[in-house]
Amino acid sequence: MSDAFLELQQVTVRLPISGELRTVLHDVSFRIAPGEAVGLVGESGSGKSMTARAVARLLPPGAESSGTVLFAGNDVAALKGAALRAFRAEVAVVFQDPRAHINPVRTIGDFMTEALRTNHDVSRADAAAKAVSLLAEVGIADGQRRLEQHPHELSGGLLQRVMIATALLTEPKLLLADEPTTALDVTTQSDVMAILDELRRERGMSMLFITHDLELAGAVCDRTAVMYAGQLVEERTSSALHDDPLHPYTAGLVGARPRIDGDVVRLSAIPGRPRSAFEAPAGCAFNDRCVHVVDDCVASRPALEPLDGGSVRCHRAVELRGRLQEGAAHG
Amino acid sequence: MLKFVVRRLMMLVVTLFVASFAIYSAMYLAPGNPIAALLGGRTPTPEAIAVLEERYHLNDPFIVRYLRWVGGALRGDFGVSIQLRQEVSTLISQRIGTTVQLVLYASLIIVVVGVALGIVGGLRKGVLDNVVIVATTVSAAVPSFVASIILLSVFAVNLGWFPALGTGEGFVDQLRHLTLPAVALAFSSIALVARITRSAVREELSREHVQTAVSRGIPYRTVVRRHVMRNAAIPITTVVGITVASLFAASAVVERAFSLNGIGAYLIQAALSKDIAVVQGISLVIVAIFVVVNAIVDFLYAVLDPRVSLGASAA
Amino acid sequence: MSAIELDPTVVGPVPATRRWRGVPGLRGTGVAGHLSALVLAIAGVVAVFGQWLAPHDPDLTNLSYAFVGPIEGHPLGFDSQGRDLLSRILAGARSSLLGPTAVVTLAMIVGTFLAVATAWKGGRFDRWVSAGLDVLFAFPAIVLAIIVSVIVEPSLMSATIALSIAYTPYIARVLRSAALRERARDYIAALEVQGLRAWIICVRHLGRNLLPLIVAQGAVLFGYAMVDLAAISFLGLGVRPPQADWGVMVSTGQSGVLQGYPLESLSAGVCIIAVVIAVNILGERLTERANSVTR
Repeated sequence: MSDAFLELQQVTVRLPISGELRTVLHDVSFRIAPGEAVGLVGESGSGKSMTARAVARLLPPGAESSGTVLFAGNDVAALKGAALRAFRAEVAVVFQDPRAHINPVRTIGDFMTEALRTNHDVSRADAAAKAVSLLAEVGIADGQRRLEQHPHELSGGLLQRVMIATALLTEPKLLLADEPTTALDVTTQSDVMAILDELRRERGMSMLFITHDLELAGAVCDRTAVMYAGQLVEERTSSALHDDPLHPYTAGLVGARPRIDGDVVRLSAIPGRPRSAFEAPAGCAFNDRCVHVVDDCVASRPALEPLDGGSVRCHRAVELRGRLQEGAAHG
Repeated sequence: MLKFVVRRLMMLVVTLFVASFAIYSAMYLAPGNPIAALLGGRTPTPEAIAVLEERYHLNDPFIVRYLRWVGGALRGDFGVSIQLRQEVSTLISQRIGTTVQLVLYASLIIVVVGVALGIVGGLRKGVLDNVVIVATTVSAAVPSFVASIILLSVFAVNLGWFPALGTGEGFVDQLRHLTLPAVALAFSSIALVARITRSAVREELSREHVQTAVSRGIPYRTVVRRHVMRNAAIPITTVVGITVASLFAASAVVERAFSLNGIGAYLIQAALSKDIAVVQGISLVIVAIFVVVNAIVDFLYAVLDPRVSLGASAA
Repeated sequence: MSAIELDPTVVGPVPATRRWRGVPGLRGTGVAGHLSALVLAIAGVVAVFGQWLAPHDPDLTNLSYAFVGPIEGHPLGFDSQGRDLLSRILAGARSSLLGPTAVVTLAMIVGTFLAVATAWKGGRFDRWVSAGLDVLFAFPAIVLAIIVSVIVEPSLMSATIALSIAYTPYIARVLRSAALRERARDYIAALEVQGLRAWIICVRHLGRNLLPLIVAQGAVLFGYAMVDLAAISFLGLGVRPPQADWGVMVSTGQSGVLQGYPLESLSAGVCIIAVVIAVNILGERLTERANSVTR
């Protein structure tokens, strides 16, 4: 047994966009150990949500994919029937926008207990009881009453707690959290995040946490991977990534946050706009926005190479090591 | 919910009153002298005219006559057909059964065929969907009277499977007589319902909450039934309801084409012979049915969509 | 083949700008949209020049030819009065297309005006006008046509007026919500701040931005108007026989249908269906295009 619980091997996904198949994920590989939380950070369009969809087999119609997703040693793409249902029970998804992701015309109770009752033959009363106890765990005290209500009667924060409680109902081993707090207002974000983090640790679940917020990923995840234009550009332990970025793009993300812990309060942004994989230039995908670009970066695409206990996709990584934090702050 | 129902009912009553006033006052403008119609060419004595004016309240002010008419209509009394010297309500009740049967039959066809076609087109992409699109594009463009003629020509005259004209006696015979008219009446509406169903199914299929259900391992058929169809039922109910409401007026054309003795055909006949009281009565009945069915659709909408009723009670 | 052999290194992929994107005004409506426009253009030509295109006098009766089928020089044969059917179809195009055109024009003008005015003014004016339109909405088009036909002598004119009244609330409702959306946009506020007069903003900016939707709705409505007007003529409450008109021909041909001579009704019916299909497809495509532009 390897220590990988979820493993992605060279996953490439192409989607039909305006009539053509276009690459949105390119050669994505990483692994998550049991009980480990991995953050996947990137700007919108970088492919981080598509990665989660590839894991959960939720790719849009017409998508073409290659590479392998292994879950507990099984090829996810090959799962069928009972095995697929078991996989669905073990891998739960917490979506970004609970209001869109919960059927508005059905009750909360219906939503929460549907999987238990259709796939696990749990009786209505048992399923409801379990739902109420999980609602209590996510901080919703009057669960019984909530089960009768419809989604529009709950606030966004409450709905996301419902979504989290629902995800936990089938006792999954892996949680795919796709920007679970982005759609919420700032005051509820930290509450929901704290609940998610606590419940995950208690249960020893693995988590793939998708966010555009590098600091948040660092706070709840053991390791963090950074995506740009459909590729992983860097992947290391969260603290190392934050304190000593190896890839110029990561450095830009670190620098993009206001820093008030140092002498200088400076906000540095990355020039240009984010690229999707199919818009990326030849060579290194980041070469048109990178301040450290050299001829090599345009000539050939760098590979994801191991460095300093993680890995990074940059021709100049070794050369620039230790200098990026400073460079970003001045760029 | 209660507040919503009450408000909607009040709207309905107001609409009906204004509509009845519009119908009555429009007819008031109609040329022609009711006395002349009553006398049918005979030369009247002043006394005879006075008697008739008294009997038909022809000298009362307009508003009094309107109120008398609308008051009677509320009790089911639409006055007297001056040409036939018969109660309009009797003339209507003799004929409304045929129209109701025809409309119900057509509605059944519309719902069954239209929704089925729409679901097939919505769920199946590719050949079947294209067949549905082409079929509905054509059938949407076939007016009921052209459909009537084609059906008559093919199934009644050439193949002889169905009787051409008339209403028939007894249930089975009536059904045979009403089949071609019902299909003709339903023909273009099937396309409308199929189109709306198809796009509603498509739209619901692409909704995020459907993705949630799939991610939780709910079987496809269950997802379609519990989420896609359940939610698509809201627009489908609306379009079916509006379509059925409009069939009562549209059936006039089909009744005429198949020589059916319904209120629609009678309305045309009365209009051609300027039988004012009958036109007023049947117009009001058709408008009332239209408005009531639309209100029922609104109620159903509120029942099917929990978001609506809350919006109303919170307001 | 060999004569047009091309050097593959010269013929690259065709640049997107060189691809033919359709007739101006119909761009983005696809092949079906263009074909529909072609059908409508032919119908329009026939409507204008039909009388002169007709090979025979459409009103010349010859009872000895009653119900005679297609013969040389008369590709559709004759009707119950022995009149040449093809000539009647060609001559009948005018009233069949003129009516819906008039209905759409009238309903669009009044409906657009009401929509923009209610959306702009809002408040009590909007409430009263909208309530009035709601009541009008309760009258099915056919019922309105029947009522009008009792008040005035039935004719193409009376049917046109009735349908224009019946369609106005529909247009007003659709355009009002679009106008409300448009009115809430920032550029309108910017124009107001500049002190432009309301009617200038409405006509030059609001109206112009609604134009794609107005055109699309007009096309959709044309189909309905054509069917309803023909139905009214079929009922004897619009165009009256013996004038050549497609709706009238379906009606007068009915006696022939029952005797096994369906050509008069069928040929007129097919003409109606063809135009309505074309107008529906075009309307649908234009609506899609209008929505993709405004959203």
